[in-house]
Amino acid sequence: MEIASFTIERVQQGLRAREFSAAELAREALRFAEAENPKTNAFLHLCPARALAAAARVDEKIARGEDPGPLAGVPVAIKDVIVTKGVRTTCGSRLLEHYVPPYDATAVTRLEEAGGLVLGKTNCDEFAMGSSNENSAFGPVRNPIAPDRVPGGSSGGSAAVVAQGTAVVSLGSDTGGSIRQPASFCGVVGVTPTYGRVSRYGLTAFASSLDHIGPFGRTVHDAAVLLGAIAGRDPLDATSAEAPVPDYTAALDGQVKGLKLGLPVEYLKNLTSETGDLIARGVEVLKKQGCEVREISLPATDYAIACYYIIATAEASSNLARYDGVRYTRRAVGADTLSEMYRATRGEGFGAECKRRIMLGTYVLSAGYYDAYYLKAQKVRALIARDFSRAFEQVHVLVAPVSPFPAFKLGEKIDDPMEMYLSDIFTITGSLAGIPCLSVPCGKTAEGLPVGMQILTRHFDEPTMFRLADAFEKAGGAAGL
Amino acid sequence: MKISEEEVRYVADLANLKLTGSEVARMRAELDEILAHMDRLKELDTSGVEPMAQVLYEAGETATLRPDCERPPLGQQTALANAPQAGSGHFKVPKVIER
Repeated sequence: MEIASFTIERVQQGLRAREFSAAELAREALRFAEAENPKTNAFLHLCPARALAAAARVDEKIARGEDPGPLAGVPVAIKDVIVTKGVRTTCGSRLLEHYVPPYDATAVTRLEEAGGLVLGKTNCDEFAMGSSNENSAFGPVRNPIAPDRVPGGSSGGSAAVVAQGTAVVSLGSDTGGSIRQPASFCGVVGVTPTYGRVSRYGLTAFASSLDHIGPFGRTVHDAAVLLGAIAGRDPLDATSAEAPVPDYTAALDGQVKGLKLGLPVEYLKNLTSETGDLIARGVEVLKKQGCEVREISLPATDYAIACYYIIATAEASSNLARYDGVRYTRRAVGADTLSEMYRATRGEGFGAECKRRIMLGTYVLSAGYYDAYYLKAQKVRALIARDFSRAFEQVHVLVAPVSPFPAFKLGEKIDDPMEMYLSDIFTITGSLAGIPCLSVPCGKTAEGLPVGMQILTRHFDEPTMFRLADAFEKAGGAAGL
Repeated sequence: MKISEEEVRYVADLANLKLTGSEVARMRAELDEILAHMDRLKELDTSGVEPMAQVLYEAGETATLRPDCERPPLGQQTALANAPQAGSGHFKVPKVIER
């Protein structure tokens, strides 16, 4: 079994042809993941019992002649900020090192109902805060393409397992680029759906007005299938959208002729690197497919980083207040009073980046600063969203870079938080507007480092996003042709 | 300077976060740089702009209220399973009230 290059369709073919059973595939996937994982540290832990039980259910359904579901037998990895009943969920934090959730996230329940096999939990920046995966308490992830480099973050492990072949698809979470940026760094497809498209029930809250769950795949088709399986209204998440879920794979029809694409001038003006060249080449590929291209202005772009790091940290400071040493496994020893116990537990439990963001968020919400920072940022957020709605009056889709540069070296940026924050510029804007966006491989630099192209569309227009990305992929966009 | 070490200690207190002396110094310098960047929002005229607290899109009314019917809860034992210290069906914490 060449499991490292399997797609969802290949798994379905194998099951239909009785080439392998789901149980055989699960055992091989577990063996392969265990053997290969030391190269990247992308999985934090595997859950063989759960994967094998799910595989047995798939095999029983097949034996009874029932439809085993669109993800039947597909090995899936889950970012370790998404809870799994009975399977440790650490959020990449010492604080939750021993936390075993009593329930499943809705996205996990749904992908298992669709026949998916949860293979294990993937490494990430602590509480999804970071752009390099170096903020994990359990060690960084190495980029499978270039082991001396970061896989991106915060969903670095989920991108890496798909690139490495130790899972077919995976789930990540995105608050300001945490799916698209690692997808770009690792050369895989990563999707941030419309805000509210996928239930966040069971996603450990970081910044509630920005958090998304989304899929990674080696192909656009695989990401579309996984999103279709997990999307839709969930009574357990009041912010999940009522909108019906279309068949995303039906959109992969290559019909992109006449599609109007916008290139945001603010994103491209200073992008003189190889990344800029590859994006320009990618746009040429799309033109050859019959797309019409024009420049679009998103004037509030320069304010997006400041806006995001105010709103996201403010919400994080509130969401992370629950880790107080009372309910979630870890408590500092030796504290005599309740207040001392809170402080000591949080002081020793959180890593440097989480502390920085809790501090920043608490500061911007504190008396005297609320109007100047938080309220102001919410108004700027409205301007950023307005930029997009105006752009989408002129074009169907925006095409942009994902990151200003490809994967950087481990340790290169970790001591300069401001520089790390600035690298999120191209992904943060779409997150603030809550629109669907994805990263699709767009060739490699001379050094062989993958670069992703970002495609952004209107709220709930995932079909157009997938259609364009799929046409680009099939036209050889990933090879930089 | 945007923020002093004294303010850092005050905010850490609000956040229930114990910081060491060297953490306070480093945090002050880092927050200073970040807050200076955030100040650029002041350049932007936002008069008459409604603050955006949630992502808004054109859609039908969302039924955010579920039917009011009973559902089995997690159960006390399950809810307490991750507690660092539990007993008699409760979360235990250091003493807060002196008798």
